[in-house]
Amino acid sequence: MLGEGMLKGLAETAKNFAGSFVSKERMTTVQYPEERIAPIENTRDFPFLVYDGSDAMAGLRCVACQICEKECPPKCIYIVKSTDKKPDFVGKMQIYPTRFDIDISVCMSCQICVEVCPFEAIKMDTEFELSTTDRFGGLLYDREQLSKSNEHYHKIHPTEAAEVDARLAEEKAKAEAKAKAAAEAAAAKAAAAAAAALPKEAPAKEPGA
Amino acid sequence: MSATAFKSYRPPVIEPSEEGDELLEVAMGPHHPSTHGVFRMDVALDGERVVKLKPVFGYLHRNHEKIAETASYLAAMPYTDRLDYFCSLTNNWAYALAVEKLAGLEVPERAQYIRVITAELTRIQNHASAIGFLLQEMGASGTPLMYAFREREKILDLFEELTGSRMMCNYMRFGGCRVELPKGWLEKVKTVVDGLPQFIDETEALLTGNEILMARSQGVGVLKPDLAVNAGITGPMLRAAGVNYDIRKVDHYGIYDRFKFRVPLGDHGDIYDRYMIRVLEARESVEILKQALKDVPAGPIMDPKSKIRGFRPKVGEAYGRIEAPKGELGFYLISDGTGNPYRYRVRPPSLINLTVLEDMCLGQNVADVVLIFGSVDIVLGEVDR
Repeated sequence: MLGEGMLKGLAETAKNFAGSFVSKERMTTVQYPEERIAPIENTRDFPFLVYDGSDAMAGLRCVACQICEKECPPKCIYIVKSTDKKPDFVGKMQIYPTRFDIDISVCMSCQICVEVCPFEAIKMDTEFELSTTDRFGGLLYDREQLSKSNEHYHKIHPTEAAEVDARLAEEKAKAEAKAKAAAEAAAAKAAAAAAAALPKEAPAKEPGA
Repeated sequence: MSATAFKSYRPPVIEPSEEGDELLEVAMGPHHPSTHGVFRMDVALDGERVVKLKPVFGYLHRNHEKIAETASYLAAMPYTDRLDYFCSLTNNWAYALAVEKLAGLEVPERAQYIRVITAELTRIQNHASAIGFLLQEMGASGTPLMYAFREREKILDLFEELTGSRMMCNYMRFGGCRVELPKGWLEKVKTVVDGLPQFIDETEALLTGNEILMARSQGVGVLKPDLAVNAGITGPMLRAAGVNYDIRKVDHYGIYDRFKFRVPLGDHGDIYDRYMIRVLEARESVEILKQALKDVPAGPIMDPKSKIRGFRPKVGEAYGRIEAPKGELGFYLISDGTGNPYRYRVRPPSLINLTVLEDMCLGQNVADVVLIFGSVDIVLGEVDR
């Protein structure tokens, strides 16, 4: 019969239409600014810089190695290295960025900077309400705007952050053990030297000094 | 279907119906609701009939290949997402496959399974939305497209949970995948896959027997198999013309030789066949997904030889191709041993499938041009690169 297929199709749409008022799983609309969907853990949009401790600029993990600047596909990162050094999380003296800019309007949220960073210093944020009336300066984020605490990182990506922390703690323990061994060796050497030149006392070196 | 067939082939010349009739030239696009983006067809019309059609593209050209040649191998990966932005995961796979061939990397078992699962999910959502857009162009404003997008939404949610992004997934890496599956992800995929046959049945009940769809699509935009082969058409377009060619069966790339699935073929090569092929392929993809989800092994997801920083494959060249939802997607790479490819070339199925557009449209009504164009299933991001 001509029109049978159309009637069948109309029955299907009628079923769907009725279902959209009754069936719970079909009522998927969320009233966005008032209601929000729980964030998904792997979500990424723009990068931020992680710092440890309470002082953002002192605890910045970034050592200005510029790998992310080089690897960034749309080249939206701009870094200026410092001339002096500050201690990093294991206490080693490192260069730090005096300038770290990301142009959010150019960034394409690809996460390559996160993958290539050897120091776990740059991570992806989940903040998406970033609209501003100034499209040039307002979207060029500098070092102060980009740095967020490790606690923030734990809040948005708990699993990943725990892994990173474990890895860093391991690294730190290794570095400390190495420093201790070096200090002990130095102390033993000094003691031997002292024993040779009695009765002078050997000055023991402090670890990590 | 011989090579000589192409030499003798000329598009049929359609004479004006009456002596002294003038042709009307119409520019359909670049801003036309039917063109899926910025694409222009310069059509010469004799009344309603199409006498000549000239495709004009390049409005969305963004230097993809040259950018990839100046950036590192890894930095080209997120750009491949933006080729065919409906199927970023299959784009990732094709590029990763080419680089893996070049650098001699092995992909671990678990990563292979993840790749198959994501690629088949991509195929289903691409075919669903292709059918939705085709019906949109037929005048069924909204309903089939919204049903397709409702289903696509579920698949995109899975992608977001796995890769962090809904469309620009950037998930596969040379020698594996970027991150491990989140907890409970496979169960969620299973739930979605179990619901897919019902969705396909629903789509078929809505459309397959519909008299309007049959009247508009049967015998319209016929593509003959010999022309399809000679023009290098691939994907659902080629199989709708009745040529049995599926790279998943021909190359057995990845682990496709482990799964049992059939390759649906058409008889007539018209729009209706292309619609039907997409429905049937989606059904076969569901079968592949069911088989793949049964035994995802544990283990690493990255080849330990693969390097993120300082990746420099040895001198050589490689061509990696996969059966993307739209056809054969290939990446051709030449390495000169440095950190970025010396030559980087994409073989885009969308562009090559468009080359027969004039042959399919000649002699048809101008209203059918929109339909024929829609049945090719292109994405302008891939046509123009």
